[in-house]
Amino acid sequence: MLFYRSVMYRYDSFDQRLVDERVAQYRDQMRRYLAGDLTEDDFRPLRLQNGLYIQKYAPMLRISIPYGLLSTLQLRTLARIGRKYDRSYGHFTTRQNIQFNWPKLEDVPDILAELAAVEMHAIQTSGNCIRNITSDHFAGVAGDEVADPRPYSELVRQWAALHPEFAYLPRKFKIAITAATTDRTALLVHDIGLQIVRNDAGEIGFRVIVGGGMGRTPIIGHVIREFLPRAEILNYLDAILRVYNRYGRRDNKYKARVKILVKDRTPEVFARDVEEEWSHQRGGPATVPDEEIERLAAHFPAPSYDVLAGDDPTYKSELADNRAFSNWAKRNVHSHKVAGYAIVTLSLKKTGVPPGDVTSDQMDAIADLADHYSFGELRVSHEQNLIFADVRQADLFALWTELKALGVATPNIGLLTNIVCCPGGDFCSLANAKSIPIAEAIQRRFDDLDYLHDIGELDLNISGCMNACGHHHVGHIGILGVDKNGAEWYQVSIGGSQGNDAALGKVIGPSFAAHQMPDVISRLIDTYIDNRNEDEAFVDTVHRIGIEPFKERVYAAAAH
Amino acid sequence: MPQQLIKDRTVVDDRWTLLRDVTSEPIPPGPIIVSLPVWKARRDELAARGDVGVWLAAADDPAELAADTATLPLIAVDFPQFTDGRGYSIGRLLRERYGFAGELRAIGDVQRDQLYYLAQCGFNAFAIRADHSAGDALAGLAAFSDGYQLTNARTPWFRRRAEPGATDVR
Repeated sequence: MLFYRSVMYRYDSFDQRLVDERVAQYRDQMRRYLAGDLTEDDFRPLRLQNGLYIQKYAPMLRISIPYGLLSTLQLRTLARIGRKYDRSYGHFTTRQNIQFNWPKLEDVPDILAELAAVEMHAIQTSGNCIRNITSDHFAGVAGDEVADPRPYSELVRQWAALHPEFAYLPRKFKIAITAATTDRTALLVHDIGLQIVRNDAGEIGFRVIVGGGMGRTPIIGHVIREFLPRAEILNYLDAILRVYNRYGRRDNKYKARVKILVKDRTPEVFARDVEEEWSHQRGGPATVPDEEIERLAAHFPAPSYDVLAGDDPTYKSELADNRAFSNWAKRNVHSHKVAGYAIVTLSLKKTGVPPGDVTSDQMDAIADLADHYSFGELRVSHEQNLIFADVRQADLFALWTELKALGVATPNIGLLTNIVCCPGGDFCSLANAKSIPIAEAIQRRFDDLDYLHDIGELDLNISGCMNACGHHHVGHIGILGVDKNGAEWYQVSIGGSQGNDAALGKVIGPSFAAHQMPDVISRLIDTYIDNRNEDEAFVDTVHRIGIEPFKERVYAAAAH
Repeated sequence: MPQQLIKDRTVVDDRWTLLRDVTSEPIPPGPIIVSLPVWKARRDELAARGDVGVWLAAADDPAELAADTATLPLIAVDFPQFTDGRGYSIGRLLRERYGFAGELRAIGDVQRDQLYYLAQCGFNAFAIRADHSAGDALAGLAAFSDGYQLTNARTPWFRRRAEPGATDVR
């Protein structure tokens, strides 16, 4: 095993003590629950705030991966936990977390203790509290960043962790942070989206977006402040959360998210309330000094890159010589800000494997590869794939060969079969319908790589219920599982998108049975191919010609 | 009836009577905690007694007591369910914005696992729910030794971490 200088946030004794205290607190809560001193109702919110759901067949434990950053030591620990306490696999989620679907309730304190030993936890991964902070999976290596978002993500993570005032909010609360000009975080569909920007004076601050979200009332967030000086970020977050904590609806859980409060008050009035609250805290003790941001930034040094002249000539010739390799490189390799380096996405979307699932053996092997090829660090993307952020171009062919053998080199990033999918009715007790078998049926239909690449950029998202864990509202094609008189049906929307021009998809019409879904998707694709202008992507064709032509074709065929 | 009040980290006898009724009269003598509507309706009379505190419902605005924080001996905040977190913000506002320095008491569904956070939000008294032991609940105040954020009880950790010995916690 190789050891690198750490390129991610490392706990000091203070951070470690808090996590250890949380484990002890939870162990005691579990003891009191099992002893009958805590009722089921009183225990539920406590276990949820430690990531423990009681699911259809077993408890489900969701573990936090702050802003998606993971060391190989941590990944090996997750592999071991999978073997020791679960069925030797884990599921990466759309919040850049990982969940285990089969742990025993009484083992959870021990699992948390093993996690704490590698600076991990399950704090606030569910429940009505501030959830894991998500960020750009290309943070620090993308060429389009105003600043490195990781120190700011860590600052906000610390603020959110065990915040005494905001542990019992009306509903869950999700924050995303990006510093890139191309949004890769679905910023506009978060309770708070923070976009790191520079003002005319060159100072760093935040564009603050509030009240976006998916679920049963999908809404694109509103900008409530164009520029917030970075020093004020915690004061401002406290102000937003205080307004929400005091005035968010608690009478109806479907109207309890901050997006409903923002909508009901209007974004202008909500912004005024926040600014008023902020005026009392502005410049106060929670104002962040530059030294603190510099201290956090020092946790994320650039790894010790080789100095390379530019694009690697051998890589260029390998691309020319090997079509399978170049197909993979075209979809799964992304440009890096350092000459001679590349970013690699490991696809967890192989046909026949539930999207986001990785076995313990794969985790160990991936950890070895990350040690060898990418400085011992990796990232989880909100599209449920893994990222090696710092690979030399000269190593890409060798890495590809190894990833292929592991089954994580499907060249489908950005394509139709890179399906984002929740665990659905196979696992989740909230789901109306199964989602994984639908994903698999669609992947099988589109198994011709040439055709897949010809279709081009296409995000397909599946949620098993309107909680929208599969982010179906922002899929170019979105599929939502619905219940009709006890049967599982699927509603299809098109034209959604994430990113800077985020849009919500429009439902094309009545829902379909599971067996119809591959045909429905085929007809949507056929309509696109017949109507597209040269390089136009699916979603752009939908926006240009509207949903009618798609709708006609799908339902005309369904009528026969 | 066992003692169910924790005040200043000790289990104590509660000398206050809580009048849950929002329209109640007459108001009995002796230390008593009345609702905000009752207080507002009879403020002059009740303030003169000196042994009257006020309890706020979770939806009440603590600003309504802004003029009284210097003289009220006790303010209580109701938690209808422990998962209703509005009272945490009310506590901080009473302490930090309205300068209340008297007894700040959490009432209602108050249990051991909320005490640490409540104390951080300015509460110094806790009427523990009747089916739990206040003696056992005391341990909840020590669930954590510290935290990152600015609260009523501490400055943010980043302001203290450079102090001599600050990180030598092991």
